[in-house]
Amino acid sequence: MLPSNSKVLAQKVKKCLLTLAHHHNASHVGGALSIADVLSVLYSRILKYDTSHPKWEERDRLLYSKGHACTALYAVLKEVGFYTDAALQTFTQNGSLFTSHVNHKVAGVELSTGSLGHALSVACGMALAGKRKKTDWHVYTIVSDGELNEGSNWEAILFAPHHELNNMTLIVDFNKIQSFGTIKEVLDLDPLKDKFNSFGWDTIEIDGHNHSEIYEALRKDTIHGSKPRVVIAHTVKGKGVDFMENQLAWHYKSPNKEQLESAIGQINQQK
Amino acid sequence: MKLQEITVTGKKATRDGFGDGLAAVGQTNSKVVALCADLVGSLKMDAFIKAFPQRFVQVGIAEANMMGIAAGLATAGKIPYTGTFANFSTGRVYDQIRQSIAYSHKNVKICASHAGLTLGEDGATHQILEDIGLMKMLPGMTVINPCDYAQTKAATIAIAEHYGPVYLRFGRPSWPIFTTNLPFEIGKALPLTTGSDVTILATGHLVWNALEAAKRLGLEGISCEVINIHTIKPLDTATILDSVSKTRCVVTAEEHQRNGGLGDSVAQLLSRKMPTPMEYVAVNDSFGESGDPMELLDKYGLGVKDVVIAVQNVLKRKKSPVLV
Repeated sequence: MLPSNSKVLAQKVKKCLLTLAHHHNASHVGGALSIADVLSVLYSRILKYDTSHPKWEERDRLLYSKGHACTALYAVLKEVGFYTDAALQTFTQNGSLFTSHVNHKVAGVELSTGSLGHALSVACGMALAGKRKKTDWHVYTIVSDGELNEGSNWEAILFAPHHELNNMTLIVDFNKIQSFGTIKEVLDLDPLKDKFNSFGWDTIEIDGHNHSEIYEALRKDTIHGSKPRVVIAHTVKGKGVDFMENQLAWHYKSPNKEQLESAIGQINQQK
Repeated sequence: MKLQEITVTGKKATRDGFGDGLAAVGQTNSKVVALCADLVGSLKMDAFIKAFPQRFVQVGIAEANMMGIAAGLATAGKIPYTGTFANFSTGRVYDQIRQSIAYSHKNVKICASHAGLTLGEDGATHQILEDIGLMKMLPGMTVINPCDYAQTKAATIAIAEHYGPVYLRFGRPSWPIFTTNLPFEIGKALPLTTGSDVTILATGHLVWNALEAAKRLGLEGISCEVINIHTIKPLDTATILDSVSKTRCVVTAEEHQRNGGLGDSVAQLLSRKMPTPMEYVAVNDSFGESGDPMELLDKYGLGVKDVVIAVQNVLKRKKSPVLV
């Protein structure tokens, strides 16, 4: 029972993650908001999954490598029914499975992440297994832009085209800000599209908040040829909340009561 | 078993045992797949690749990626065997193993060649002596260091049936084969000789040195119980405690740092269950260097004479436990 409307889902996801961040003093709200639209399109219109059988063999795999921005993934998995809100509200409490970096023990999560640069390699293994078993599931991986500083990603970026892994899609959440500075200041990625093209990937650039662009870029039936696909999603850190947008501070801060009310009010206005 | 009953059936490298074991388990278990970081010849993986080209993945010189790919293959029900040198199998990729393999207890077999000083001429950069410690610290990781060709082959086959992450450590040099007709069971120590004066717990190549030392000590009337601890984790505590309760002193022998090795695991056991005089034959907080493998073992205190001296020392302490 896929939610039919990605925008409705996105609104719920954003409100859920903001509330979670407020109640539990969580960080990385900016990076969670930047990827919330992509996640909402994936879980409403793209991914094949069964919330009552999270390990269903035929499911599409989503590897969420930017595990620090956990609230967005936990929120979308809750909103589509992998677990209840009561379960999610144990977030970071003693004994909770909902750790502040994504945890594989949570239903619907494929891999524990947060130590950056690991998931794309695991995705290559999953895609390779899928090819050799001749399955039709697809492997999606979401990495942050700053995470592309990690060399292990580039090992995987070399590997996937060599093995013609056209059953995998890499999504770069290109919000232009990493831990303590802009991408330009810390370690410039540009020209990112050219880099992926020269490594042999089918490269698409989109507005990572435009749902129809996201959908068109991520659908499986448009894959032709043998190349793996990368979608560079140009996003805005803190998207949808004016005082958070493009602000480095919201890599770390969590909203207080007034900020939460203002943020929820702004999200409610967005259609 | 008596020392005289140990039969040498030839000489081959433990890495040959891995290669032959991999080809054999490939025949019997269709889930087994192999990955290599461009060291196919060194790891002796050719026979498997020839027989099962579709079940082999050449990842290039990219060990971090190899560990992640293995984790991904395991999620689809495959049993991946990764192959590269021991230093690139552990220290270089520790975070990949910890995050993507160990934490979720994935069924990946990390197969590591060219461990220890017996790598010889390649020198300290490649002679890893810390790998057992690194791997045994990971929760749920099984750590196996076979002693000869036959045992490495048996272990390579056995780990396919053992669910969970495994570190299998072996080496480069040609080495006497003496376990051809002996059983191998993961987690079950292999007593090689019965003795009454001292227990020698040895792993990897040093098992042979322990047997040679036991022969020399036998001429002096010292009766050694040599036990092969091929599985360092989980440790066969029952077999060790049984022997030590009889001999009341222990020597451990391994081609590894004293810190973090087999000796550490044994000391941890004995200090809690049966405090006992104990001596270590191990590298003492040092890197290796380039040289002839056998001469390096002597230089770094891992030779046959070093096991003999350790036994003599521990026997003195058994008689007079206060150290001078």
